[in-house]
Amino acid sequence: MNIVRLALRMLAREWRAGELRVLVLAVLIAVAGLASVNAFTVRMHLALSQESNRLLGADMVLVSDHVPAARLIAEAQRRGLATAQTALFPSMVSTPQQSRLAEIKAVSNGYPLRGTLRIADAAFGADHPADGIPRPGSVWLEARLANELQVAPGGSIQVGYSQLKVAAILTNEPDRGGDFFNLAPRLLMNQADLPATGLIQPGSRVGYRLLIAGESKAVESYRNWLAQHLERGQRVLGVRDARPEIRNVLDKAERYLGLAVLLAAMLAAVAILLSARHFLRRHLDACALLRCFGASQRNIVALYAVQIAVLGVLAALAGVALGYAGQMVLAGLLGKLANLVLPPANGLPFLQAALAGLVLLAGFSLPTLFALRRTPALRILRRDGMAFDALGAASYLAGLAALTALLFWQVRDTRLTLMVLSGMGATLLLTVLLAWLLVLGAGWLGARSRGSWRQGLLNLRRRAGGSVIQVSAFTLGMLALLLLTVVRGDLLNNWRATLPADAPNRFVINIQPDQVAPLQVFFRSHGQAEATLYPMIRGRLTAINGHAVNVAAYADQQTRRLLEREFNLSYADRLMQQGNQLVAGYGWNSANAAPQFSVEQGIAEKLHLKLGDSLSFDVGGTPVSAHITSLRKVNWDSFRVNFFVIANSSLLKNISASYITSFYLPAQQSDVLNEMVKAYPNLTVIDVSAIMKTVQDMLDRVTAAVQFVFIFSLASGLVVLYAALAATRDERALETALWRVLGARRGQLLVAQVTEFAAIGLLAGLLAAAGASAIGWALSSEVFNLPYHFNPMLWISAMGLGSAGVALAGVAGLWGISREAPLATLRAAV
Amino acid sequence: MTTPINTFILRAAGVAKQVALNGVALTILHPASFDIRRGESVAIVGASGSGKSTLLGLLAGLDLPSEGEVWLDGQALGSLDEDGRARLRGALIGFVFQSFQLLPMLTALENVMLPLELNGASDARARAQHWLERVGLAERQRHRAQQLSGGEQQRVAIARAFAVKPALLLADEPTGNLDAETGARVIELLFELNREQGTTLVLVTHDTQLAGRCGRRLQLRAGHLEIGA
Ligand SMILES: Nc1ncnc2c1ncn2[C@@H]1O[C@H](COP(=O)(O)OP(=O)(O)OP(=O)(O)O)[C@@H](O)[C@H]1O
Ligand SMILES: [Mg+2]
Repeated sequence: MNIVRLALRMLAREWRAGELRVLVLAVLIAVAGLASVNAFTVRMHLALSQESNRLLGADMVLVSDHVPAARLIAEAQRRGLATAQTALFPSMVSTPQQSRLAEIKAVSNGYPLRGTLRIADAAFGADHPADGIPRPGSVWLEARLANELQVAPGGSIQVGYSQLKVAAILTNEPDRGGDFFNLAPRLLMNQADLPATGLIQPGSRVGYRLLIAGESKAVESYRNWLAQHLERGQRVLGVRDARPEIRNVLDKAERYLGLAVLLAAMLAAVAILLSARHFLRRHLDACALLRCFGASQRNIVALYAVQIAVLGVLAALAGVALGYAGQMVLAGLLGKLANLVLPPANGLPFLQAALAGLVLLAGFSLPTLFALRRTPALRILRRDGMAFDALGAASYLAGLAALTALLFWQVRDTRLTLMVLSGMGATLLLTVLLAWLLVLGAGWLGARSRGSWRQGLLNLRRRAGGSVIQVSAFTLGMLALLLLTVVRGDLLNNWRATLPADAPNRFVINIQPDQVAPLQVFFRSHGQAEATLYPMIRGRLTAINGHAVNVAAYADQQTRRLLEREFNLSYADRLMQQGNQLVAGYGWNSANAAPQFSVEQGIAEKLHLKLGDSLSFDVGGTPVSAHITSLRKVNWDSFRVNFFVIANSSLLKNISASYITSFYLPAQQSDVLNEMVKAYPNLTVIDVSAIMKTVQDMLDRVTAAVQFVFIFSLASGLVVLYAALAATRDERALETALWRVLGARRGQLLVAQVTEFAAIGLLAGLLAAAGASAIGWALSSEVFNLPYHFNPMLWISAMGLGSAGVALAGVAGLWGISREAPLATLRAAV
Repeated sequence: MTTPINTFILRAAGVAKQVALNGVALTILHPASFDIRRGESVAIVGASGSGKSTLLGLLAGLDLPSEGEVWLDGQALGSLDEDGRARLRGALIGFVFQSFQLLPMLTALENVMLPLELNGASDARARAQHWLERVGLAERQRHRAQQLSGGEQQRVAIARAFAVKPALLLADEPTGNLDAETGARVIELLFELNREQGTTLVLVTHDTQLAGRCGRRLQLRAGHLEIGA
């Protein structure tokens, strides 16, 4: 009771005296940073997943091999969800002169629920967003189909028994995806026209989809309800099942945002540690006095615990408010920049941030508090330092555990957390070791030198403990800044480089063996010398190691579907195509090597395949078997032609194949396509530039998001640096004033201060660069799967900016004192 | 300047100090004028809180007067910037604070060496050791300032002031924390310095014996200076 009142009174006085600013600032920015980053990340995450909704055309899709029951739709509508239906089937469509196989999609009003259809008035003409779906009696055709049928908008075509008007050219369909190699060109029609066409008969193979969209909670609960009511032949697709390469981008984005949050949290902890230490150190004398007056150890702990708790809660509240403003400002900025509509933030991330801030505050101030508790009354007479005891050490461990728990909770990625933690930990350990070495070295150097910088160097050793702490804090702060600036830039650049501007944007399939040679000539004459034609053979996997494949034995949905379908196999005289990397076994180099397979790493894992296993395929009735001699890693982001399974030529070359190729076609050369399709009407050209543009857009958005999250980590990094400087400022101020009394000139002061600060900054920069390189390397090779490039600028700039920055900030902090009359400073200090 | 600069090491003309306390100007030193000749020994005496430390600080240029001017070795302190004053202090003055003001993380020896090194002395260590011996602290050289007793710290502060062989020594109660015997030894040292090197002494003291040995007395009463014999 008494203690609480005393604590509050002390706090009020301290508050007015401005002593607590650093600690409050640390907690406040920590909470504000966490709240902003968390709320912002949550919103970003929602927005990003809604981007991938577009690729599904909905928030959730029920895929069914029969017309979804009316009660499923009714239930969705009852829950306030939007619905739309599509039916997809192949059929011949014709004009009086031509007929072609088309992939017909009949859609209901409202389709697509997410994303937009885009149409053009002429083939390969400029497109615009469509207003709804084709009106009854009309259809929209993909340019390829219009070309092949030689119809233009205004003409009409025969679909089943119906004669339908061609109203527009379909240029973009948000949920166009899946295995686009299997697709015939698209014809989009109104569901209302479907019965009249007579195309759907009992036994027709039609893929039905029920599209669902709405508020995420409602979608989630409907999904749970639906899980209980699924019939045979039905399954549910979520946004995560949308195109895998987009998923991949999202995953990377999440990881990067998680990393930024993680760094903000770690920096917050460091800032709190430093400022709590600073605050409590300043109260050693008060504690000693209280001990003189008979206060118990418990009294002392309670006295300061109350102050810290009150302070923490106030700072956390302010932090939440600032965090709310921060994430709104960010959302506004990002919305403008990336054209993203962010869903509103909920209260949870703010509560979490406040709690996290308090946990960090407790974890990193208690150790000092426990040391304070043991202050001997004698300190009043003899100024000893603080004594850390077992309890203090234990609570540091608790603080570290709290931080680790927070990181896990934030990132929800054990591997990433462990990697960053161990990187930081190793850097810290190394920092402490090297800092001690430098301090010894500086002492040695200082003792043997003359002039004012002798004092600067000697001071490093005199303040050994403080120097080590300061170097460590600067190292951590700079490490974070480096990771966030230089390494971030490198990572993003590397990441973007994996999708080069001239990545293939057109695929050509159905190339017949006798067309391979003339097509190669055609490609060369049109500047596409790079285009390689790969044979493609469809086969069903029948047995692994002689045992028939049992689809039911695989738990993973995707794996099951893969096994039910036919694989696209290829063969080659020499293994290894662009973008592939051998990860196990050996490839082959000649056309007559023994029969063997090379399997993509990911699918091998899914099917539990290893080197030496034998695979049996049924290829159009012909059984084909061989052993796996190598595993490959494939860069699926590259948009190149890739195969799960490649055989050597001797195994498959006698089986008739069609060929496939991909190439980059600049937008202005689209007439090359018309020319090619005219010359080889059987070819199917697939345009993936729209999909690629979506991916590029995503990358831009993610980059923008990361830039924003970065600001917060930067702010907490700066607080750490500030706290590190503030921690010794009083001591240095006193020293500066005394030097002045003793007649030191500004130049002498400056040289001594700059020497000391610059040495600290230089070492911190060196260590931070080493740490950042190591972590950057680990991140890019282990997490992001990117090649890492050594960046010498990182080292140079870290050491240069480190020493210059710390020297400048340190000297600037003492600038006023070296101009002031020394008595004022001395009186304030005593 | 009519008076030869050599005659007076210190001149104070209408020096006064006001401080603002809660917005109210409080005069802690009323205008005081006096001169101190080279080689003189002067005692500043007065009750606690009468402004002795304030005046001493002004004379050393550690603080600036609100009114008036102090000339140190012919240089008007008000006309110099803080750097100029520091240079002058370094060249002329040894100062002993009432509260010692040692650098806590430096050893006793390093504390004494510091002003010598700042002046670029090549024999800083030897001189510092010599003066620590003379104040009876030869054995405590390597101890940190904060580990020393109050009297020991005071003697380190005195050694620090003596070591630079100042032309003017300003000491704020240099024997305040010392036993009679040690105090007497320190007083001997002060006057030795005064005799041998012509060091001017300006001492704040409550010790009537010490004040009596000084050539002249400046008496402060509640901020008013009364110049004695
Ligand atoms: N910066 C300041 N702000 C407010 N009051 C001050 C300041 N400096 C000195 N004083 C006041 O001026 C008066 C004279 O102070 P000073 O330290 O000069 O006294 P003193 O004669 O040295 O006393 P003592 O013998 O106790 O050391 C005191 O009342 C003190 O509180
Ligand atoms: Mg005094």
